[in-house]
Amino acid sequence: MSQIAGNLEPYLVLSGMLFAIGSFGFLARRNAISMLMSIEVMLNAVNLAALALGAFIPSLAGQGAAFALLIIAVAAAEATVGLAIVIAIFRNRKTPLVDEYDTMRQ
Amino acid sequence: MPLPDIIPFIGLGWSDVLFLLLGGVVLAAAFGVVFGRDIIKSGLFLILTLGALAGIYVMLGAAIVAGAQVLVYIGAISVLILFAIMLTQSKVASVKLAFQTQVVPAALAAVLLAVLFGLAFGSTEWGSTVFTDTPAATGTAPVAAALFGPYLLAFEIASVLILAAVIGGLYLAMEPKADEVGEDLP
Repeated sequence: MSQIAGNLEPYLVLSGMLFAIGSFGFLARRNAISMLMSIEVMLNAVNLAALALGAFIPSLAGQGAAFALLIIAVAAAEATVGLAIVIAIFRNRKTPLVDEYDTMRQ
Repeated sequence: MPLPDIIPFIGLGWSDVLFLLLGGVVLAAAFGVVFGRDIIKSGLFLILTLGALAGIYVMLGAAIVAGAQVLVYIGAISVLILFAIMLTQSKVASVKLAFQTQVVPAALAAVLLAVLFGLAFGSTEWGSTVFTDTPAATGTAPVAAALFGPYLLAFEIASVLILAAVIGGLYLAMEPKADEVGEDLP
C-alpha cells in the first residue's frame, strides 16, 4: 500500500543522512554552542534509527522506544553539563569560539 | 466520502507523502542548523528539526517518545541552548567566519560517513520486517515492559545521572566569589 513509509530502509537512510549532517557540523563549526547543537542532531538521528528498528522488527517491539527514552534522558544531562562548561569558559576567555581556546598550546 | 488509498497522479500513499514531507523538513532544517551564519537562527532551525522528527516518531507508532521529544527537547533543551546563545554572544566578537579551517576535511568525512551508512543499510539482511501498526504493538505497554523489565538498571542509572548533571551544571556555571578564591588552598 505505502511503498516508502511502509519499509524500514527509508527511515534508516534518513537517520544516516541526519547523522552525517550532524557530524559535519560538529567537525566544522567554530562556535562551541553550534557544536553542541550538532551533537543534539546526531543523538536524534540515533533515536530515529532505534525507533525504526523497534517498529519494524517484531522481536524488538517496545525496546526501540525504551532505548530512545533513555537516550533522551542522557541527552538532557549532556546538554546541561555541556552548556554549563561553555558558559564557564566564556566567563574566563570572553569568546565562544573553540579555535581561540589555545592556552595549553602556547 | 473517504479519501482514496493512493493519491492520483503521484501513485503514492498518504503516509508516503507525509513521510517525504517530514523527512524533507528534517533534512532542510538540519542543513540550516549546520550551515546557518546566525547562531540564533541555527537554534530556531534546531527546534524545527526536532519538531518534524517528533512527527516521524508518531508515524512510527511511538507516540510516547514523540511526547517526550516535545517536552524534553523542544521545551527544555532548546530553551537552554537559546539562553546559552544569548549569554555568550558578544557584539564585539561578531562571527564572520562560521567554519573552522578544517571545513573541507570535515565535509569529506561527513560524505564518507553517509556513504558508509548507505552501504551498511543496503547490505544488511534485516529478516522479516513487518510494520506492526496495531494498537497492541504501538501502545505504551511494550515500552513499559521493556523499560521496567530488562532495562530497569539503566533506567535507575539515568535518574542518578540526571541528578549528578544538574548538580554539576549548577557548580560549573556558578559565579566564583572573589573573596573566596584561594582560601581553600593549603
